[in-house]
Amino acid sequence: MAAVIEAQGLTRHFGGLRAVDGVDFRLEQGEIHGLIGPNGAGKTTFVSLLSGRTTAQSGRILLNGEDITHLPAYTRVRRGIAYTFQITSVYPRLTVFDNIALAAQSRGAADLAPRVRAVLHRVGLDRDERTLAGALSYGHQRLLELGMGLALEPLVLILDEPTQGLAAGEIAGFSALIRSLVPKMTILLIEHNMDVVMELADRITVLAAGQVLAVGTSDEIRRNRAVQDAYLGVDHAVG
Amino acid sequence: MTERVKVWSVHLGVLALVFAAQYVLPPYHATNLARIMVLAVFAMGYNIAFGYTGLLSLGHALFFAAGFYGMGLPIGLLDWAPIPALILGLIAGGVLAGLVGVLALRTAGVSFMIVTLMFAQAGYLTLLYLNTWTGGDEGFVVDRAARVIAGHDLSLDGTRYVAAFGLFAAAMIACLWLVRSPFGRVMVAMRENEERSRMLGYNPFRIKLIALVLSGIYAGAAGAAYGLLFGYVGASFATIQYSILPMLYVLLGGAGTVLGPFLGAVLMFYLVDITSGYTDAYLFVVGAALVGLVLFAPRGILGNLRERFAPWLP
Repeated sequence: MAAVIEAQGLTRHFGGLRAVDGVDFRLEQGEIHGLIGPNGAGKTTFVSLLSGRTTAQSGRILLNGEDITHLPAYTRVRRGIAYTFQITSVYPRLTVFDNIALAAQSRGAADLAPRVRAVLHRVGLDRDERTLAGALSYGHQRLLELGMGLALEPLVLILDEPTQGLAAGEIAGFSALIRSLVPKMTILLIEHNMDVVMELADRITVLAAGQVLAVGTSDEIRRNRAVQDAYLGVDHAVG
Repeated sequence: MTERVKVWSVHLGVLALVFAAQYVLPPYHATNLARIMVLAVFAMGYNIAFGYTGLLSLGHALFFAAGFYGMGLPIGLLDWAPIPALILGLIAGGVLAGLVGVLALRTAGVSFMIVTLMFAQAGYLTLLYLNTWTGGDEGFVVDRAARVIAGHDLSLDGTRYVAAFGLFAAAMIACLWLVRSPFGRVMVAMRENEERSRMLGYNPFRIKLIALVLSGIYAGAAGAAYGLLFGYVGASFATIQYSILPMLYVLLGGAGTVLGPFLGAVLMFYLVDITSGYTDAYLFVVGAALVGLVLFAPRGILGNLRERFAPWLP
């Protein structure tokens, strides 16, 4: 399989903190790739480097073989890397329609209304078109956030903890929606909810202290001793 | 009634009323209204930057004055005809806004306010320094013969009203079209959440620069028209007062509404006009009104109206 995104020796330190420290990473076309790791492992910094919100100190990022390391974030979005925020970041004072339209028109203004409605239908917000985004429930705001990502029609959709704060029933719907996006899109999923990751991800990368600890299928990751240590503590593993 | 029909009927209705007002109003008020319409165009431009895009500038007097001198100097020194001079004034406003924007938009918020203020002050002092050509403090009168367009003398009340109305109507329709366009939506997105907009693929610097240039074109057009209609060009129009005025109009009428700048200009103009008839301390009354406004109705008149009754109002 071909890599959509490839990172080579990606590094970002904040002062003495090695947030991301020489990470090599491949995101294969059409997969759902889980990114997990203990708190402070560097997950969010790593995807910020991919999306361009943070600049890399060294290393390279390739998008379909093309070097995008030095492109600004908005250009990367236009090249096909969409990022949905960990903390819901919709425009609360604009309508649901306008929120999606802002993402959709970034791909061109032709046929805007039908494209927006198609996305609204897909995330199940058809009836809230005229509602102010700030008036939506939290779960619906998460859906709107995802809808904005979809409306960008990206090659790669980076989801930063999409199910955080959702009720169990909502998570099931969310997971089904995410699964329906591949293989047309490629998904990079940062998630704390292990059940969701294990169920959805084709492959999983585990980060710890800014470095790649393990890469593999969910079964491989579950059995991996180093991962168990990182998550549960060495004492537990030894004991 | 669809939203589109509602929006256009309200705005075209206001334009029709303003046009008809010249047949009803006594000459004193008709002249006031002509002045207000031109100032409202300036405020509409300010609103594009501040109300829609969230750029709080204190330097718009510079772009306003660019219109005056961009129009006045070619007429005074080179005997240009009024129409090309007017167009040059408009362009001068846009170009200066672009130049200031390229530098000032590296900053945001309070720093942006201060940097634009500094540019405007530098512009004002430059006008004084070059008093051989600009007339400095005293300015210069635009020759009456140069204020005739195709046989219509702009120094006559009736002609002046129609000319001011023409500019006002064009500016309002263009503004309405702009803020309802996809680009208008992106301007608002910059105001609401710049970081999110960046992650939707928009270059904040580029969007804000375009908005500022459009804003400068409005200010330049208003300045050029003001000078031509009222026959005077002077450095006083480059003072800080003329950066604050459009902000007050916009805040009073409603930032981020198409009709707000005009409504604010009418009310503020007459607030000053009436109170100055009773007391020398009319600026105190204006100040008190503004403090009250910011405390109790920060969205301005139309902003409040929109929030409560008319969410469709652009």
